[in-house]
Amino acid sequence: MSAPPVRIRDLHYAVGARPIFAGVDIDVPQGQITAVMGPSGTGKTTLLRLLTGQVAADRGRIELFGQSVGDTDKAGLYALRRRTGMLFQNGALLTDLTVFENVAFPVRAHARLPESVLRRLVLTKLEAVGLRGAADLMPSQLSGGMARRVALARAIVMDPELLIYDEPFVGLDPISMGVIVRLIRELNETLGVTSIVVSHDVEELATIAHRSYLLSEGRVVASGTPDELARSQEPVVRQFMSGAADGPVPFHFPAGDLAADILGKSAQVGGRS
Amino acid sequence: MIGTSLGRIGAVALFLLRVLGQCLPALAKPRAVIHQIYNAGARSLIIIMLCGLFVGMVLGLQGFDLLQRFGSEDALGVAAALGLLKELGPVVTALLFAGRAGTALTSEIGLMRATDQLTAMEMMAVDPLRHVIAPRFLGGVIAMPLLVAIFDIVGLFGAQLIGVQLMAVDPGAFWSQMQAAVELDDVNEGIVKSICFGFACSLIAVYEGYHAPPTAQGVGLATTRTVVVSSVLVLLIDYMLTAAFLGR
Repeated sequence: MSAPPVRIRDLHYAVGARPIFAGVDIDVPQGQITAVMGPSGTGKTTLLRLLTGQVAADRGRIELFGQSVGDTDKAGLYALRRRTGMLFQNGALLTDLTVFENVAFPVRAHARLPESVLRRLVLTKLEAVGLRGAADLMPSQLSGGMARRVALARAIVMDPELLIYDEPFVGLDPISMGVIVRLIRELNETLGVTSIVVSHDVEELATIAHRSYLLSEGRVVASGTPDELARSQEPVVRQFMSGAADGPVPFHFPAGDLAADILGKSAQVGGRS
Repeated sequence: MIGTSLGRIGAVALFLLRVLGQCLPALAKPRAVIHQIYNAGARSLIIIMLCGLFVGMVLGLQGFDLLQRFGSEDALGVAAALGLLKELGPVVTALLFAGRAGTALTSEIGLMRATDQLTAMEMMAVDPLRHVIAPRFLGGVIAMPLLVAIFDIVGLFGAQLIGVQLMAVDPGAFWSQMQAAVELDDVNEGIVKSICFGFACSLIAVYEGYHAPPTAQGVGLATTRTVVVSSVLVLLIDYMLTAAFLGR
């Protein structure tokens, strides 16, 4: 049996003294959509940066297509990334290139195709995301949803085996969100790519994910199918799925005594005397 | 303080080595380099020509005022040509370049970093040093000597405008003395300086942009640093090269 496209074992990572991950294990099965959920600030995007070798883990092992990301040199990392497509939260389109040139960019960088073949390839990908008619526009002329669809066309133009989506639904209107959800599902089904979707949109993910991981406090606190997570009685899972403001994930960021902060220490001392 | 400065110099040197390593592959796709020569060079033309004209006019006025005290106003052409070719042309052009093209480079690259465009390239297995940094660096290095040449020519025209047209210096004496006194070594000095300044200003601009913190304040500070560091570096290199050319 071949190794899963992504396997993470005992991942530890800290920023300064603040631990982000403390023993995370995740498996992403071939050809499935895996959702990684969690409250804001829980390190979901950091997980993607670790997964793609943009930052190095403090401890643990991250395998991409069976290769350890931490033990791979730059050339090896680039080889792994050529098998991966990534959709950034803000699209990250190259602002001085047209929509067409943005999608053509990775192809021009990696392959020498005749212009007619390249044009057909790019227009096919743009057609897949419904934006063939926008090929000559500049990124500044696109709405947020359109920019993300162009970025998606760019992510799939090299026919990757793994697609990574970083918060693909953030800031989108319901129609654009529905389009992106449909595209993620269709790309998974028609191209057979493995997908990782990092998001905190529980409802949207429930409609497309085969399996979900819920991160909190640096650990995977729950995993399973969307139905299993919805039925979970774990307090942190219940809070996240129902969107409760307070619970195991506190409403307040850790802070000192309220009276001391608001009234000042001298007032508190005066009050005591 | 000294440790930090040395560390920074080391970081710039390492960055330079990485950029130089990508220059040949970048030259293999000359369209990007030509586009950057246009961005750094052609788009700086108006400010370079305007400033060249005014610097030349001031040189004409001051030179005439000084030389007529010794009855040598016919030597105005020589004074203007040597001043522009050896010193004012390269230095003023480099300072203007740092303020116009250098800041544009830094803020452009810094914003590309802040908006994940460089990260997106890395994720597409495309090295930003080859596709973004090297063409911009080469564009700046190539554009600077061309801008200096244009500055010198327009400056000479400005000096001639004041000296010959306004102050009635003999035009024959103005041009013939210049032709007789200015040697190839003087021209070479200006060329060497302009290449060195182009190298330094472009390096600082792309380095600061590439390493700018991905915030509005970070990009702003990086842009400011580009102007300050480039200006100081230009004047320092100018002194060192002048001393070297004079053999002192």
